[in-house]
Amino acid sequence: MTPLMELRHVYKVFGGKLGSPKANVALDDMSFAVEEDYPNIITIAGESGSGKTTMLMLLLGFYEPSLGEVDFRGKNIYKLNKDEQIDFRRNVQAVFQDPFAVYNPYYKVDNLLSIPIKNFKLASSKDEAYRMMSEALTKVGLRPEETLGRFPHQLSGGQRQRIAVARALILHPKLLVADEPVSMVDASLRATLLKQIRELNRDLKIPVLYITHDLTTAYHVSDYIMVLYHGSVMEAGDVEKIISSPKHPYTQLLVNSIPWPDPNHPWGEAVEATRRVVTGNQGCKFLSRCPHAFELCSASVPPLYQIGNGESVARCFLYRSSGVLEQEKLSSLFPARE
Amino acid sequence: MKGFLDYVKRNPMLGIGIACLVLLLGFTLIGRLFIDRNLAYKMTTERNIAPGEKYPFGTDAQGRNLLAIMVYGSGMTLEIGAIAGLIGLGTGILLGFVSGYFGGGMLDMIITGIVDIFLTIPGFLILILVATTFKNITLTPPTMGLVVGLVSWAGPARSIRAQVLSMRERPFIMMAKLSGMGSFEIIMKELVPNLLPFLVMSLSQSVYGGVMASLGLEALGIGSRREPTMGMTLFYVNYYSAFIIGNWWWIFEPVVVIILTLVSLVLMSIGLDEIANPRARRSV
Amino acid sequence: MSKLLEIENLKAYFYVKAGTVKAVDGISLELEKGSKLGIVGESGSGKTTMALAILRMIRPPGTIQGKVSLDGVDLVTLSGEEMRKTRLSQIAMIPQGAMNCLNPVMRVKDQILEGLIDHGVRMSKSDSKERVRALLETVDLNAHVADMYPHELSGGMKQRVTVAIAIAMRPKLVIADEPTSALDVVIQRQVMDTITRLQKELGVSMVLIGHDMGLMAQSVDRLAVMYAGHLAEVADIREMFAEPLHPYTKLLISSLPVLGKRGVFLGIPGVPPSVINPPPGCPFYVRCPSRIENFCNIEAPKYQEIKPHHFVACYLYEPSARVKEGGKK
Repeated sequence: MTPLMELRHVYKVFGGKLGSPKANVALDDMSFAVEEDYPNIITIAGESGSGKTTMLMLLLGFYEPSLGEVDFRGKNIYKLNKDEQIDFRRNVQAVFQDPFAVYNPYYKVDNLLSIPIKNFKLASSKDEAYRMMSEALTKVGLRPEETLGRFPHQLSGGQRQRIAVARALILHPKLLVADEPVSMVDASLRATLLKQIRELNRDLKIPVLYITHDLTTAYHVSDYIMVLYHGSVMEAGDVEKIISSPKHPYTQLLVNSIPWPDPNHPWGEAVEATRRVVTGNQGCKFLSRCPHAFELCSASVPPLYQIGNGESVARCFLYRSSGVLEQEKLSSLFPARE
Repeated sequence: MKGFLDYVKRNPMLGIGIACLVLLLGFTLIGRLFIDRNLAYKMTTERNIAPGEKYPFGTDAQGRNLLAIMVYGSGMTLEIGAIAGLIGLGTGILLGFVSGYFGGGMLDMIITGIVDIFLTIPGFLILILVATTFKNITLTPPTMGLVVGLVSWAGPARSIRAQVLSMRERPFIMMAKLSGMGSFEIIMKELVPNLLPFLVMSLSQSVYGGVMASLGLEALGIGSRREPTMGMTLFYVNYYSAFIIGNWWWIFEPVVVIILTLVSLVLMSIGLDEIANPRARRSV
Repeated sequence: MSKLLEIENLKAYFYVKAGTVKAVDGISLELEKGSKLGIVGESGSGKTTMALAILRMIRPPGTIQGKVSLDGVDLVTLSGEEMRKTRLSQIAMIPQGAMNCLNPVMRVKDQILEGLIDHGVRMSKSDSKERVRALLETVDLNAHVADMYPHELSGGMKQRVTVAIAIAMRPKLVIADEPTSALDVVIQRQVMDTITRLQKELGVSMVLIGHDMGLMAQSVDRLAVMYAGHLAEVADIREMFAEPLHPYTKLLISSLPVLGKRGVFLGIPGVPPSVINPPPGCPFYVRCPSRIENFCNIEAPKYQEIKPHHFVACYLYEPSARVKEGGKK
């Protein structure tokens, strides 16, 4: 079955050509596929500079890959014909981080919903469009009469973000990418928003890629996780297993730095080597910070070693006695399940 | 109206600027109702008369009624500035939006290259060349405006491009793309409204530049000799050595009008900048 | 244990055309010497305004009422000049987004020394160099950072510089407003570790303002929960999480993701209220699942000590409320 969207050996480089020393490799050989009607949420986790935002931009077609291909329904998104382009735009949607910045302050918030309805011909009349908008707003817990007709600055951040989720409901895309959707929203509203995103995924079978650096919300809302560091996948698999028992030293560092809201569960040990200056490192990107590093780590880049029964992988030579998962098969770690 | 007045209280520059402009426009427009246009051109034998009952603004060395000259000329200088400003800004908007929105590509590089070259060439020299080459064509205010406008588009093009480039990365533009809007639609419906305050400010700056350039050219004598614009008046002030023969009113009047014009445009620019650039806001 | 900071009925009202913004509406708090107090709240809760009110940095049309006593001295009654001297030397603040407010054209060492010089501290060149080096060391920064410019530093390093500036004069109290909100989780933890360590070392009392309950759980001794300009609940951190009393606190805590508990989403319906011309009664009335109809919205509940060191403002815990309720029925 052709996957809905696929990144095939995608590299994205800024500030130079691939291979030049001053080039910043934002995404390093990423191969990842999302199936259609996929009822699970995958988190793409990482700190700033990890490549998660780059991946998002590549999937939405806002960045062109330096190398490799981004495919929609099997075809390169830069080689689609007019109809296929519209199909792509309509079916790949996003919810962004900043609840204010997605609105044009000159227009009413209705615009965010009415423009795509009009452009993608989702309603046959103005009344039907209004009905669709009201229904979606009610579903996300808002009252249409209190939200429609208002300007963005007249509503709260939580309301604005909910409208953005309502937009996704109306459009019913085939893929939703959510970029830190709750990080700028008040704590009391986060759970509600995450719940709606989850329902979008489960009930409407819209695959959701949840991009974040906040592992607590990732733990809460998603099923699978892949941890990125400097453009490469360091660990990937089931979110419960990886967060309760991380295998890669970087993931361990991340998980130990999570401030759990429980005074009896303090921060874990921040096991991090003081950053060494390593010259001529041809191997693991985490080398300079890794407390377990040995000679092999600087000689070559570790592949994705399988952990346990192969339900997760870690890119670390500590597990070199296990089998290797090929780069291209990354997505096999995320099988669809109820 | 009340809201406008309230705002002006917090942004006095804009208020004063607009007030000066209204004063000037009032002077020229209402004055035209009372004074015959020909009086600004007709030369009488009564030359170098100081302001008095018969000639409230006096007359110049050619025997022209200075009140008439001021009334019509101030409007003409504004007209030249306005035409130059609009042409300059219009072209600048077109080029700025196109190169900014499609930034990074071939088109952008070409446009930016041309703009940069134009910016380095002294516009004034170009103006003198153009104006003297076409000496045969009577330089009426509209033509003057056109000529000056020809060199004033590069600055706006550059600054608009910069604004568009920074706006382009904002999430609401990304949303617009995800909502299926085409490039032209995005420029017209999303970018322009957001840039409107900036564009209006650029307009007042362009008009200012246009007035200055026309004054400069005319003071050198490049312009229509017959027209009573402020710049030409200065030229004649110099030509007839008004300082030496002591015709203070002939010097005083155009200078006052020029200062009023320029000051009003500058204050409006500053005032509009406050609206356009929220970070420059001094009051909430 | 002695009290460093005693706030009594602090109010910060802003009189604007649309009405009165009651950003802080009668807050009473205490801070023990050498302890860490967390203040948590959502947007509109008034937590930042409260910090500014303590430092008397509220400008007209805002006004401050109440008493704020630092080591026995009422800050509200000090003269402008006396208050200016108090800032930085006795109370220092690390404002929100401080790392972005570093002067881009001044070297780090100059920015640290600026405050000191302003307060009349005169040192020889070698002494200032040593002072800066020692300060940087306290915040886990290398000495060579002193000669660098802000844009050459990473986010975590910049934040540490702001901490160094704040403790430069060994103040009695440091107020940190969202010191780590823009930082990645690993750096956040490191910066918080630094702050915790030096707080213990220097014996500085600290007020940590934020919205992240998780961070609070890891970093403070006592926690104050603010809602719409009022204090909902104040208690020791362990007790707050073990036995929250106020309905808002309960809902807030149960909405947080915890290890082992996945897939349960309990948000609080409704939106945080606006603080312009607030309606009478308890601010949480509209969203409260335990509200007493037509009662809680008449008059705001009193902020009282229900258990030792555990304060709540809620009619559920006011014995007199039961009587009234019974009477109404």
